[in-house]
Amino acid sequence: MSVLDSKTPKGPIKDQWTNHKNHINVVNPANKRSIDVIVVGTGLAGGAAAASLAEMGYKVKAFCFQDSPRRAHSIAAQGGINAAKNYQNDGDSTYRLFYDTVKGGDYRSRESNVYRLAEVSANIIDQCVAQGVPFAREYGGLLDNRSFGGVLVSRTFYAKGQTGQQLLLGAYSAMNRQIGKGKIEMFNRHEMLDVVVVDGKARGIIARDLVTGKLERHGAHAVVVATGGYGNVFFLSTNAMGSNATAAWKIHKKGAYFANPCYTQIHPTCIPRSGDYQSKLTLMSESLRNDGRIWVPKNIADVEAIRAGKKSPTELSEDERDYYLERRYPAFGNLVPRDVASRAAKERCDAGYGVNKTGEAVYLDFKSAIERYGKEAATVHGEKNASHERIIELGAAVIKSKYGNLFQMYEKIVDQNPYKTPMMIYPAVHYTMGGIWVDYNLMTTIPGCYAAGEANFSDHGANRLGASALMQGLADGYFVLPYTMGDYLADEIRTGPIATDSKEFDEAEKNVSGTIERLMNIKGTKSVDHFHKELGKVMWNNVGMARNAKGLEEAQEQIRKIREEFWKDVRIPGDMNELNTELEKAIRVADFLELGELFAKDALHRNESCGGHFREESVEVGGEQSGEAKRDDENFKYVAAWEWTGDPKTSVLHKEELEFNDIELKQRSYK
Amino acid sequence: MSELGMNLTLKIWRQKDAKAKGKMETYKVTEISEHMSFLEMLDVLNEQLINTGQEPVAFDHDCREGICGMCSLYINGEAHGPDRGVTTCQLHMRMFYNNDTIYIEPFRAKAFPVVKDLIVDRSSFDRIQHAGGFISVNTSGNTQDANSLPIPKLDADKAFDAATCIGCGACVATCKNASAMLYVSAKVSQFALLPQGKIEAKDRVLNMVEQMDKEGFGNCTNTGACEVECPKGISLENIARMNSEYLKASLVREK
Repeated sequence: MSVLDSKTPKGPIKDQWTNHKNHINVVNPANKRSIDVIVVGTGLAGGAAAASLAEMGYKVKAFCFQDSPRRAHSIAAQGGINAAKNYQNDGDSTYRLFYDTVKGGDYRSRESNVYRLAEVSANIIDQCVAQGVPFAREYGGLLDNRSFGGVLVSRTFYAKGQTGQQLLLGAYSAMNRQIGKGKIEMFNRHEMLDVVVVDGKARGIIARDLVTGKLERHGAHAVVVATGGYGNVFFLSTNAMGSNATAAWKIHKKGAYFANPCYTQIHPTCIPRSGDYQSKLTLMSESLRNDGRIWVPKNIADVEAIRAGKKSPTELSEDERDYYLERRYPAFGNLVPRDVASRAAKERCDAGYGVNKTGEAVYLDFKSAIERYGKEAATVHGEKNASHERIIELGAAVIKSKYGNLFQMYEKIVDQNPYKTPMMIYPAVHYTMGGIWVDYNLMTTIPGCYAAGEANFSDHGANRLGASALMQGLADGYFVLPYTMGDYLADEIRTGPIATDSKEFDEAEKNVSGTIERLMNIKGTKSVDHFHKELGKVMWNNVGMARNAKGLEEAQEQIRKIREEFWKDVRIPGDMNELNTELEKAIRVADFLELGELFAKDALHRNESCGGHFREESVEVGGEQSGEAKRDDENFKYVAAWEWTGDPKTSVLHKEELEFNDIELKQRSYK
Repeated sequence: MSELGMNLTLKIWRQKDAKAKGKMETYKVTEISEHMSFLEMLDVLNEQLINTGQEPVAFDHDCREGICGMCSLYINGEAHGPDRGVTTCQLHMRMFYNNDTIYIEPFRAKAFPVVKDLIVDRSSFDRIQHAGGFISVNTSGNTQDANSLPIPKLDADKAFDAATCIGCGACVATCKNASAMLYVSAKVSQFALLPQGKIEAKDRVLNMVEQMDKEGFGNCTNTGACEVECPKGISLENIARMNSEYLKASLVREK
């Protein structure tokens, strides 16, 4: 048997979570007061967990690197949050959400976890409304829904294009209530730099106060890492500038296995890059694909004329446009899952049809939607003979009420009006489905150390569906960890406070300060960003949307070289005992330089295409599915969990075989 | 503007730490593209400083898409600079001209002490939220069904508009009194407009205003500058609503 025990409960899938909750240990309220829990990261997963655990009575210490927990990058999620409420009477159910998520993830996720996620999804909406989250409503006062990619129902709840912000502010307000009561001790501008393991259990962390530069020791009976994903290993992504993998990577190096690092989501609708100075990429929400149609010109002559500025896209007639998603995938059209939409955009651009100067852009066009909404609005207003201009005016107003902030954001960045001319978009790194391996209780392979939200690998398989990240973050934080952690903590009621003067804490702190001193003493010639950009280039070119064995082997070599160069030649000005933003970046990039190599190694070993992981060697040939990704269930129906051995080159692979008892394994078709 | 982009003179506030005395320093950057964001222009400056052995300018930033509220620069005398409805990270260099001199300072207010260079400490904002910026509902799987509480769309929309505040502090930085009324009223309004928030409405407004005063923010004299500079267009109407909520609450408060 594998060393990995998923601890999936026995019995029918629909009863597993209820039975599990009924039979796991709980800690009595009086004992909770003497138990300390550390939560690192204050996004949806971390914020929700910190607040809920404190409400239950645990003593919580929460950490974030930003100046306030409200700034965690969950705040930037735009489109919405899924929940199987069936408010639209379109036949939605827990099973359907479960099925869509497993299928969307290309059959590479653990059934039991996904079913639980679908099961608690409805509770999340109830909880958020009770907190005062202002979701979009219909005129009758009830909640509104929209559709997202890869599904055939409307189950996405939203707050304009700022759903993540509203949900995070909900969790932040729940945290604030507990901070005010002294139940959560909040550490802003602090970064976790190691986990401390005593007798095989997680017993605390070493954190750096980013203002003073001082290292601090914090003891606890359990540690939750909810620090998000590692998309910034590509340098350019839709992640925030500070988003990093350091906390996750540190626990990996102390014994937590890292699962499926190669599963990365390249989001189809982002604003294309404009130059070498580019620091990040901006997402245009998937919700736009509800109303926007994606196309490139049919004729290469038009492409060239547009690139040369001699023609505008609005001049092209319907016949001259290739709505390639509608053409290739008539059933799902513009709402195919993200991995499929991204690859289709790359396919067109590689064939020479990209519509901007770099050749890396396709159009997302709202013309049809504006006309359709305009006609509807004219009817509602009783304007039977409305002119075309009037219809466009009315339609634009409807689009504005739905996506106003996104359109404004686009205009500010690109300096073009998307109400009048189609948006230009291109795929960009957005989310990482891989992450720290966890069991059904969300515990890592280090006892007492948990991983939640994007930081774990748990629910999305090889591809995440839109509006499911918010659902998973809040499910983990509000409704899973508060129960499952009790099972472990019930054995800790006699432990007493964790002393931080032990040799394990001494050693961990010494290691961290040693690393920082080593970095400061390199005094090389190149900035941290220089190395980060080099790494990003290798990742994008060789480990991006399409991967092959040769490129992946080269990538590992190149990353090793960049890493060696980094440790010889990086220049970090300033002092370690002060606020030093270059030092902060250097610590994070040092970790990305190791993670990137493991990422490429994982991508090389998985010689199949599944979800966001596309191997050029594994493609369907002939038939209706020709050119689509080809999965290999016989050889790769498992979670790849990597054990750290001191160097990514020698990392050891452990497999958790995936069992599909409730869903039939078949080829994912969106045709 | 030349093909190569703009040449700019930057006057930037440098201050080693909270206790040190700061001063304006002058820097030059060249070949700045009009498509760059303002913070990407500062990245170029910092790369230049690092490569010549100097310390880069410290500034707060994170999401770089106008939603986290972390960036906080006072540019040519305006919070978030000359454009409207944007944060500093969304400000683009096309708003400036070749050979411009640009003054960059931290957000200035007694309640926002400087931490380093352009970074300020806005934890006073968090403490106001600790005092009452929440609805007292614990996490449970048993809250009532979300649709059992219909809310008129207009109220929900207004609550949403207030809730879009990103807590950046531009309102405070731009106010001649360094007042935080727009920020506090946005949260008070969000909850005052929703039925869920009514139960604790009185204590909430009184406690949050009390904490606001304790933190050393100034009072509101209705100049409206905050609304002009707010990147999210939070309306002054919220201040009026908070004043009315405050008045009601103070008249009937039970001790």
